[in-house]
Amino acid sequence: MEQHVLVVFPHPDDETFGCGGTIAQFTKSGVPVTYVCGTMGQMGRNMGRPFFANRESLPSIREAELEKACQAIGIQHLIKLGLRDKTIEFEDPEQLTDRVEQILKEVRPSLVITHYPGYAVHPDHNALGDVTIRAVSRLSVRERPIVYAHAFALDCQDILGAPDIINDISAVSEMKLAAIRAHRSQSQVILPRLGNGQFKNPSSKNSYSHMLKRESFWTYHFS
Amino acid sequence: MEPINKSIVQSALDGFLNRDVYLHLETTNGAYAVHRKESNMTVGAYIRNGRICFERGIITGEGPYRVGLKIDLGWVYAEGLTDFETDQEGRLLLAGHDQDGRLAVALELSLSPFEL
Repeated sequence: MEQHVLVVFPHPDDETFGCGGTIAQFTKSGVPVTYVCGTMGQMGRNMGRPFFANRESLPSIREAELEKACQAIGIQHLIKLGLRDKTIEFEDPEQLTDRVEQILKEVRPSLVITHYPGYAVHPDHNALGDVTIRAVSRLSVRERPIVYAHAFALDCQDILGAPDIINDISAVSEMKLAAIRAHRSQSQVILPRLGNGQFKNPSSKNSYSHMLKRESFWTYHFS
Repeated sequence: MEPINKSIVQSALDGFLNRDVYLHLETTNGAYAVHRKESNMTVGAYIRNGRICFERGIITGEGPYRVGLKIDLGWVYAEGLTDFETDQEGRLLLAGHDQDGRLAVALELSLSPFEL
């Protein structure tokens, strides 16, 4: 039984699309979840469909969507790092690692969920995942939380093998769907592919086809 | 934003002539272009709060539109612009959206720096 889960991702909606069901499972069973969100996704290209946001209004719209999504899956504590979308890999990693380490010491999570560095497609994902792994590795072995790393690069299974954590999230799929809907500017383009919570074409191999059924992670092994 | 009205955009551009202007210019095909096999390259570029001064600024085309700003030592150029907005702060926002409403290109001008 986890005592406290710390989720570290760079963009509003990463928490929902990647692991909203897993988070909902934890919060539903009474485990507090803290979300450290790196940026406000200021440079996202999805503006809603039909589009209702523009480059300048997007950050505050996404901030409000994030609050709503957190409510939907039961996240009560949100920490915003205030970084800028697409720039995390260019920041000083030592400074960022210090900040995450500080948060780890305050929150004292038993489990950390972050992106698997190198296997999470978006440069921000890989950079913040790397920072988080570095921060956790600074802790003594005794203090170190378990880390679930989220990976979805096309070749990740070839290199990492099959994920060892596969969560059936069907019991909380409605909570995840509510969070997906909350991220309106980002999800409207893909929502038509979901009908009443069911995927219209479950056999299709697109990346959405299992989104409401299961979520997978690799337990990170520290060398 | 609304579909570009060339004459409104042209007069907005004229309002920035020969002044110190902050520029936001970007283009992107999305961070997941390769991952989703929409393209064989993920490409994007942006400049935020470049400070320029242009003596000539023109919008052309029949839609999507192009804008060229002639600056002291060169040019600023954007292609594929479809929508515009002049906001309360007097900024001119231009963007090109694809059939899914996703932003593909943006060119924005402001007399004060854009928020970071």
